[in-house]
Amino acid sequence: MAKILMYGNAAIGEAAIRAGCQCYFGYPITPQNELTEYMATNLSRRKGCSFVQAESEVSAINMVYGASLAGVRAMTSSSSPGISLKQEGISYLAACELPAVIVNISRGGPGLGSISAAQSDYFQSTRGGGHGDYRTIVLAPSSVQELADLTHRAFDLADKYRIPVIILGDGMLGQMMEPVEFKYDAPSELPVRSDALRGAKGRPSRIVKTFTSKPTDLEELNWSLFRRYRLIEKEETTYEIYMVEDAELVVVAFGVAARIAKGAIRNARANGLKVGMFRPITLWPFPYEKVSELTQMTKHFLVFEMNMGQMIEDVKLAVEGKREISFYGRPGGVIPTPSEILRVITRLYYQKGLKIEK
Amino acid sequence: MKKVYRRPKSLKRAAFHYCPGCGHSIVHRLLTEVFDEMNIQDKVIGIPPPGCSVFAYHYLDVDMAESAHGRGAAVATGLKRAYPDALVFTYQGDGDLAAIGTAETIHAANRGECITSIFINNAVYGMTGGQMAPTTLSNMKTTTTPYGRDTRLEGYPVRMSEMVALVKGAAYIERTAVNSPANIKRTKKAIRKAFQTQIDDLGYSMVEILSPCPTNWKMSPLESWQWVENEMTKEFPLGLIKDTTRTKDITGKRDAD
Ligand SMILES: Cc1ncc(C[n+]2csc(CCOP(=O)(O)OP(=O)(O)O)c2C)c(N)n1
Ligand code: SF4
Repeated sequence: MAKILMYGNAAIGEAAIRAGCQCYFGYPITPQNELTEYMATNLSRRKGCSFVQAESEVSAINMVYGASLAGVRAMTSSSSPGISLKQEGISYLAACELPAVIVNISRGGPGLGSISAAQSDYFQSTRGGGHGDYRTIVLAPSSVQELADLTHRAFDLADKYRIPVIILGDGMLGQMMEPVEFKYDAPSELPVRSDALRGAKGRPSRIVKTFTSKPTDLEELNWSLFRRYRLIEKEETTYEIYMVEDAELVVVAFGVAARIAKGAIRNARANGLKVGMFRPITLWPFPYEKVSELTQMTKHFLVFEMNMGQMIEDVKLAVEGKREISFYGRPGGVIPTPSEILRVITRLYYQKGLKIEK
Repeated sequence: MKKVYRRPKSLKRAAFHYCPGCGHSIVHRLLTEVFDEMNIQDKVIGIPPPGCSVFAYHYLDVDMAESAHGRGAAVATGLKRAYPDALVFTYQGDGDLAAIGTAETIHAANRGECITSIFINNAVYGMTGGQMAPTTLSNMKTTTTPYGRDTRLEGYPVRMSEMVALVKGAAYIERTAVNSPANIKRTKKAIRKAFQTQIDDLGYSMVEILSPCPTNWKMSPLESWQWVENEMTKEFPLGLIKDTTRTKDITGKRDAD
């Protein structure tokens, strides 16, 4: 299929429809409204599909829970304050082992914050977010093409592991226009999970629940969740590496920050600085092993985030003190420029006395 | 010998955990009788709430899925939208439906979702130990209104059925009670009519059932039946609240009586 020019938010919608998403439930919030509107235009009247503008994010995520019970592919989207409200529902989805796709086109916080792009929801996304001991898969795209690709992957992963999957984008990605190619056509028949709750016809009645009066039952549920999480860590961790082979300094960044960093790294290379980049694509599971491997090749890490230092905790866990780690963050929805990052890289490079290419 | 009483097919062989005299047990029995009589056991999906009836799935032999506190109507909406052939009902207490779940309930009704809510009004939060509910009567003592509900401080009992009836998508709403054989019969009829409303795709249906909670009311089962009659029905009058279905009940009469 040819490439078409599309906004990030619309590309998610189109990719979701092509992934066989049958139900979309949302509540307006900037900067993701174009996605809700895309689904209203393109999904709501499709055969067998349903779109509801819910009365709140709390309701929207619980509608997703209901649709997921019925065995169909369902999604919701929001931005940071709305994702806070969805956490109760995400915890229930995780507990009941129900697949769902949740898109967070995040903005600055805390509080109502601002509508401009930020990466301050890293902790919220990767540490469970709601109550209880659970994880969600978190995918962090850095281009419109990747938004589309990862949306498709999100539905597949959700079904494969029966787990809620979060796509963590941001206002910049959602609002920008880029060429995108859709690699899949919409399925002719919408997929239905075999374990769907659709009435006890020809089989005994079934219960989906987590509440139990036996602590040992709950313990077993948590064990089984974590056995699956270990498997996901083993099978599904993905990342991008860029010019790390000979790098003295590796910049670690995700999402749009990685994109900004890449521009800076190209210029740093032109100036003879041996800089590379590591970009986790799955924020959970975080690619600890690969980062750990990099400690053998590189001398210094620079973690760059559009927050005050959240992913850096995972980098530290991976590096285990074997290398020094510096941090540069811009919180509050201010989008840094590649030349700003180039300045940070250059200063750090000389401060640490790293080798210059002759 | 004629058999006049048998366990409904849709009721599992499990002993209820409810307190003696609790209205939940009666309503469970009625629900399952209706499932059997309408032959819908294999189409029904129930959404039980956190509340004393959280374990309803141990008794009702139909597909069931837990909802978060108050979110039943939203979960039911998603389920029904994804699979319109199902007959979806929520089973909710007054704390669940009329406090934390007010928004979900009103808006599901307003969209005319073809779901049924079985709304148990026992004037208290049963499961958590008898705290004030939105439906607690004026001056009534609960663990969080130890001096009696003072309406200047704690507001007034909420008449949820009347509120929900105001929205256009609500098709059938009736308030009944399970404190006498006659009222129990009327409740069953209302439940049946609510499911028929859903089958006919006419919109949202709700049956509010005044239901004794002898434990938290600190009464004997008999006293609690009388209290429903003498006190609760003053605040929550029984009867049909709204019916736009224009359907006839099984006896051929218009409306449930
Ligand atoms: C978010 C949340 N808040 C509070 C609770 C605790 N809780 C469980 S049941 C319940 C209310 C029960 O009262 P009601 O809905 O009237 O049902 P009943 O037990 O009387 O049948 C509460 C507050 C909860 N489970 N979840
Ligand atoms: S506490 Fe009240 S509502 Fe709960 S089971 Fe006992 S009598 Fe029923």
